[in-house]
Amino acid sequence: MIVKTIFSGFGGQGVLMMGISLANSAMNKGYHVTYLPAYGAEMRGGTANCTVAVGDEEIASPVASEPDYLIVMNSPSLFSFQNKVSSGGTIFINSSIIDARPNRQDVKTICVPCADMALELGNSRVANIIMMGAFIKKSDVVSPEIYLKCLETIMGSRKKALAEINRKAFAVGFDYIKD
Amino acid sequence: MSGNNIIGEAAIRAGCRFYAGYPITPQNELTEYMAEHIRNEEGGVFIQSESEIAAINMIAGASAAGLRVMTSSSSPGISLKQEGISSMAACELPGIIVNIMRGGPGLGNIRPSQGDYFQATRGGGHGDYRTIVLAPASGQELADLTMTAFDLADKYRTPAMILADGMMGQMMEPVIFKKPKPRQYSEKFMLRGAGTGKSKFIRGLLLDPIDSEAHNWKLARKYEVITKNETRFEEHRIDDADMVIVAYGTAARIAKGAIKRLRDQGMKVGLFRPITLWPFPELKLRALSAKVKNFLVFEMSTGQMLEDVRLALQGYADIEFHGRPGGAVPTPAELANVIAKIYDKKD
Repeated sequence: MIVKTIFSGFGGQGVLMMGISLANSAMNKGYHVTYLPAYGAEMRGGTANCTVAVGDEEIASPVASEPDYLIVMNSPSLFSFQNKVSSGGTIFINSSIIDARPNRQDVKTICVPCADMALELGNSRVANIIMMGAFIKKSDVVSPEIYLKCLETIMGSRKKALAEINRKAFAVGFDYIKD
Repeated sequence: MSGNNIIGEAAIRAGCRFYAGYPITPQNELTEYMAEHIRNEEGGVFIQSESEIAAINMIAGASAAGLRVMTSSSSPGISLKQEGISSMAACELPGIIVNIMRGGPGLGNIRPSQGDYFQATRGGGHGDYRTIVLAPASGQELADLTMTAFDLADKYRTPAMILADGMMGQMMEPVIFKKPKPRQYSEKFMLRGAGTGKSKFIRGLLLDPIDSEAHNWKLARKYEVITKNETRFEEHRIDDADMVIVAYGTAARIAKGAIKRLRDQGMKVGLFRPITLWPFPELKLRALSAKVKNFLVFEMSTGQMLEDVRLALQGYADIEFHGRPGGAVPTPAELANVIAKIYDKKD
């Protein structure tokens, strides 16, 4: 089994953090894992995406030809990557700011208005974690417990204050997905 | 850990006590890591130099003083370091140069590429010299080969290069750091003040052509020994292969992904991956041509290692080439299509 996921959006949306947190939690669960970032020279507002491969066998190529999951946080990402997703794959859309929908019939689409949901929680910066809640619920790559524990470790002691809001954000996203 | 950080940690564990560098993407995490971690209870110096040229000359000096030393940069910065690398080779100073390649020529871009193969394997600077070049293809190998590079540089008293690309540098993979070997480097090569003893010299300027020629032949004999003893490579699914892909570093990882797809479709394709680019595993590749007649060289360049493969195979087998230069990274599916077309044609 190898599951490949592409996270994509603007620099500053926490796109790379989504990938890093998934890669680290999958590693903690004992999977083979690769995390491959790609970002522009600009820190904020540029393009950012990363590919995470998780498998119970050695991962040959960290570059994904046909990802099983695509998470898009802005419109350009949807247009760039929707055609790469494998048939039967799933696209997660930040529907707060993306009006367009995939033009493919052979993929599942899950709309999560994560930017609006983050504002409701009082912190626009946790939109990515809300999306991760939805993604973990649907993909079941790792358990929510492992993911949250790992997220706290990555955030480190400097951002302990964020741990609580992250936990809340994750729960909101996780519960947003009904089976 | 990211590849850049893995190199940094492996270097420090291997006893690197002096690092100088100047920032450039996509290797910045390495400079940052060294800044934060090289100073420990055993000492350690980090210098963000005023330029790449200053950095290579600083490590040459620290190497002459007997420290394990490293500098790192990415393609345009490595071009600037060539004079210093040539000088280190001439003075027989060990030291590690890390090149996290990006798109070129010129400033190019900051995406992964393999366009510096010629520069790395042909010496790069002026004069009759070679640099040991190691090309890791995974997080684990970044750690292992960094330690190996220090050992080889000391053993042969010559600069060694880690040649990776932006993808290797920025990709994260799990890694286990092995215990480094204890350093073996004689005090007689270190300049630490003669005191009352005999003075020592380390120099690359030999004005008398008789001396200079002898020195050149001495270096050449050393390179012959390295070629004989230090060639490294990996073979992957080669036993029953009708066709062999030759690729290194990131390109080899993509090739492995492509081979997996092709094997699922019943095509017998294998991979030959040089780990030392200089010395190139020439004899091994030639031996392989006794049973395999179709080779495809795949590089993220317009075809540089291709020349070494041609030299190795000497016309004993057919060689095709696929390249993606300038920072383009193909997917395994794209490469699989290219290979399948050639495979079917040969069938």
